Amino acid sequence: MIEVDNLYKSFDDANILKGVSTVFDTGKTNLIIGQSGSGKTVFLKCLLGLFKPTEGVICYDGKKYGELTDTEQRNLRQEMGMVFQGSALFDGLTVEGNVMFPLEMFTQQSKSEMEDRVNLVLQRVNLIDANHKFPSEISGGMQKRVAIARAIVMNPQYLFCDEPNSGLDPRTAIVIDNLIKEITEEYNITTVINTHDMNSVMEIGEKILFLKDGLKEWEGTKHEIFKTDNQAVTDFVYSSELFKKVRQMYIEERN
Amino acid sequence: MKYLTDIGGYAIMVFDLFKKPTKWRIMKNLILKEIDELIFGSLGIIVFISFFIGAVVSIQTAMNLTSDFIPKNLIGFATRQSIILEFAPTFCSIIMAGKVGSFITSSIGTMRVTEQIDALEVMGVNALNYLVFPKIIAMMLYPFIIAVSMYVGIFGGWFAGVFGGFITSADFVEGVTIDFIPFHVTYSFIKTFVFAFLLATIPSYHGFYMKGGALEVGKASTTSFVWTSVVIIITNYILTQLLLA
Repeated sequence: MIEVDNLYKSFDDANILKGVSTVFDTGKTNLIIGQSGSGKTVFLKCLLGLFKPTEGVICYDGKKYGELTDTEQRNLRQEMGMVFQGSALFDGLTVEGNVMFPLEMFTQQSKSEMEDRVNLVLQRVNLIDANHKFPSEISGGMQKRVAIARAIVMNPQYLFCDEPNSGLDPRTAIVIDNLIKEITEEYNITTVINTHDMNSVMEIGEKILFLKDGLKEWEGTKHEIFKTDNQAVTDFVYSSELFKKVRQMYIEERN
Repeated sequence: MKYLTDIGGYAIMVFDLFKKPTKWRIMKNLILKEIDELIFGSLGIIVFISFFIGAVVSIQTAMNLTSDFIPKNLIGFATRQSIILEFAPTFCSIIMAGKVGSFITSSIGTMRVTEQIDALEVMGVNALNYLVFPKIIAMMLYPFIIAVSMYVGIFGGWFAGVFGGFITSADFVEGVTIDFIPFHVTYSFIKTFVFAFLLATIPSYHGFYMKGGALEVGKASTTSFVWTSVVIIITNYILTQLLLA
């Protein structure tokens, strides 16, 4: 579980986050949504420890990140997996090398043990026969799968995904969404996804946090998002005609 | 103010890159890879340039020997002194600032732009140690390149002098050996070690802390070349004052 209390983040004179508080539960896919510039990425980077909050507290299963020593922070980071928007795979390493990287850095496992673990997670993300290919030789969807495999290879407690569906076709996007949801439930981890993709919101959003201008505008489940009267949320989520109709159908069905 | 911030940032980077060292098992491979790219990958251009610069120094010295009272062996002497004292350590370093420095800045900068450095940091890896430290160790073999440059440069001078008909081989060799002060080679290699450190760290600083996208990677490479050259030139003056004056 990740608890965020009154989080502020400023860059020079620009206040990006203005007191965000929320709780991300274990075993659930938690989604952060909001318009471009609403502070989603900064919020995620604060959770990851890449940005130091100007004010506020972030607790990982009761451990306050800001009060940990450098070593404790690094150890905690080893319990985090991150899927970056552009996958952020290491160009010079093969698929196998990328997934094996955290194991080589932080474990004392033998080469064969690491290979077994890598093959296991690559199978888990449905990637076979790609071990010796370089990131530039595989498709965007496959790169995302490799990034997910790398993120989960150390059995993390927390999984963060920054726009995991960006640049993917709708079908592959759904596959990636479902994969993240399955992994979250299977390994009972706390997953936080930063997304613009409304399909993801409807499919896997067990908890949704809506940010607007650096503030928490709304939070709830994917079912509650159909019923909310919050104008900012409805303007954002139901900006397309298709989703307006979906919402209408949902409400009629419930009535 | 920006210069002060950069100098402070550079000092902090140098301090931080020794923290939380990467496992030797991994570091060993990184160092070997960097030696291949930074040292062996630069040999060709250095050999090529050194040969022709040595040749030009030899010809120009010969063309300026208008008095019969000046011995011909001065051509060999001037070539040796120019190559050992300045051309090999200093000007090769400027060339390397362009070749190796740009490569370091653009490769690290691209990793920054594509969030690969963020990925390392999220995993709890000291990205500075992982990326920059192997480059520093690899560049400690830079004196090897400079030794080759000295040899090839003097050989180029001999080749141009002898085959251009400016001097006999015996006179050139006599000039190369005459009044030889071994400390000049020591001085040259001391400079080389310092320049090697600068060549590894200044471009790394510009790549590691760059902000923006692909365009900024190009700008960072240019800035890195300019600043590495400037610092090398100033350091050259300071070291020469300290060691030879």
